[in-house]
Amino acid sequence: MKNYDLVIVGGGPAGLAAAVAARDNGIQDILIIERDHELGGILNQCIHNGFGLHTFKEELTGPEYASRFIDQVKERNIDYKLNTMVMDIAPDKTITAMNSTDGMFTIPAKAVVLAMGCRERSRGALNIPGYRPAGIFSAGTAQRLVNMEGYMPGRKVVILGSGDIGLIMARRMTLEGAEVQVVAELMPYSGGLKRNIVQCLDDFGIPLKLSHTVVDIEGKERVEGITIAEVGPDRKPIPGTEIHYECDTLLLSCGLIPENELSKNSGVELSPITSGPIVNDSLETSIDGVFACGNVLHVHDLVDFVSQEATNAGKNAAKYILEGKKESSRQLEILPVDGVRYTVPKYIRPDDMDETVTVRFRVGDVYKNKAIATYFGDTQISKRKKQVMAPGEMEQVVITKKQLAEYPDIANITIKIEEA
Amino acid sequence: METRNLTCIGCPMGCQITVTLENGEVKDVTGNTCKRGDDYARKEVTNPTRIVTSIVRVKGGHLNMVSCKTKSDIPKGKIFDIVKELESVEVNAPVHIGDVVKANVCGTGVDVVATKEIRAVS
Repeated sequence: MKNYDLVIVGGGPAGLAAAVAARDNGIQDILIIERDHELGGILNQCIHNGFGLHTFKEELTGPEYASRFIDQVKERNIDYKLNTMVMDIAPDKTITAMNSTDGMFTIPAKAVVLAMGCRERSRGALNIPGYRPAGIFSAGTAQRLVNMEGYMPGRKVVILGSGDIGLIMARRMTLEGAEVQVVAELMPYSGGLKRNIVQCLDDFGIPLKLSHTVVDIEGKERVEGITIAEVGPDRKPIPGTEIHYECDTLLLSCGLIPENELSKNSGVELSPITSGPIVNDSLETSIDGVFACGNVLHVHDLVDFVSQEATNAGKNAAKYILEGKKESSRQLEILPVDGVRYTVPKYIRPDDMDETVTVRFRVGDVYKNKAIATYFGDTQISKRKKQVMAPGEMEQVVITKKQLAEYPDIANITIKIEEA
Repeated sequence: METRNLTCIGCPMGCQITVTLENGEVKDVTGNTCKRGDDYARKEVTNPTRIVTSIVRVKGGHLNMVSCKTKSDIPKGKIFDIVKELESVEVNAPVHIGDVVKANVCGTGVDVVATKEIRAVS
């Protein structure tokens, strides 16, 4: 097996952009390892449009967006292995992987970029009562069946969860002749983008029932009916509010979880909030030379931001390989408080950071006419009023090196939601 | 006088906009909090358009289906007709991004083009 300086785990949008950036920053021997039979990751099944407005200033479909980056990887002759599963990442960055042609093999990498993406929350994780018949799919599985294989998973559909994939699939299955009867959402607000609620549900007269959940699944061989009920502020079903739907299919779109089994086994420290690695401003994890980007780090709404983040991770991995580890004298923690659930990155190195660092985060509730405030120690540095903030839409704050240099003695940075 | 209620898609606010129409002409737009909402509402009630994305069958390719889209916006009312018409379309591999899989779909004057590369396999 050839030796590689940089191994990138995952050939989706994050892995592709990281590979391109690492090559453009001077790394020759790069290997992308992808478990599917083609590059592009989940974008291959996202045939709807709306991707790339920030990156390419036009609305592309998922496969088109992926192909732009696949072309860049191919133009640079970056190596990749398909149908290949990474089994282990050792703390010393030795990668163990296998496929049907090479068998099991190891690569002692100098740096690793984690770009494994995320997976969908399953029925088991949701604890939905009822039988276990055929006809229950995650929205993403249904998306793959309909858009790539050309199969319809069912004809009469109920969707639980108003995540973007569920909304997109409500429209897609309606267009292909299915009857989508209702989208039920446990929370009092939707987890999806406003645009998707209007264009995927309202356009087709599909009702969205907020504060509702599935309380029963009927049918022994195949789904025959679903009962939903309203939930109270404690998110427990309210007796007497049940509504029954006759259907053959239940789609679940109830959140995405970064896929970090490999990271966990390698000893990378994970955040209990994001389920992704804890990183500093260079997107380096708790293990030197192991970087993370994309949905394995935290779940994004827009692939454009994944590409930006991955470009940074690739660039920083290249820097690590070429210059070695910089022992930073100082590392500041960013504290997320008062409505800010987490930040990525969690740490900033004021002496080694880039000129600007984009800190991304999510809020924990819907906020109207509030402001995002940033504090260096106790001093307020910026305050930006927002008409509306919601957990479904990622927010950001930009911190500059120059600004930070004016406060050499602070212990931490705070980002919070406060009165406008 | 006719009124139409819309949810704006310009930002997460999702302003509830009411448009008043008279003989198909916009008389008043209320409920929006910015200019984008006004523009969106006027277009949506007079000439709503969408990009349609779907899939068509491929013969001799590494996959059986190829994703596709209308090359430009089509009238919203034609969405179902277009998806229906694409059901009977079959193309031969290889397929390249931008290849026309169905010209002038449903007489809209708009072509449907492939959005994915499909390799030919023997």
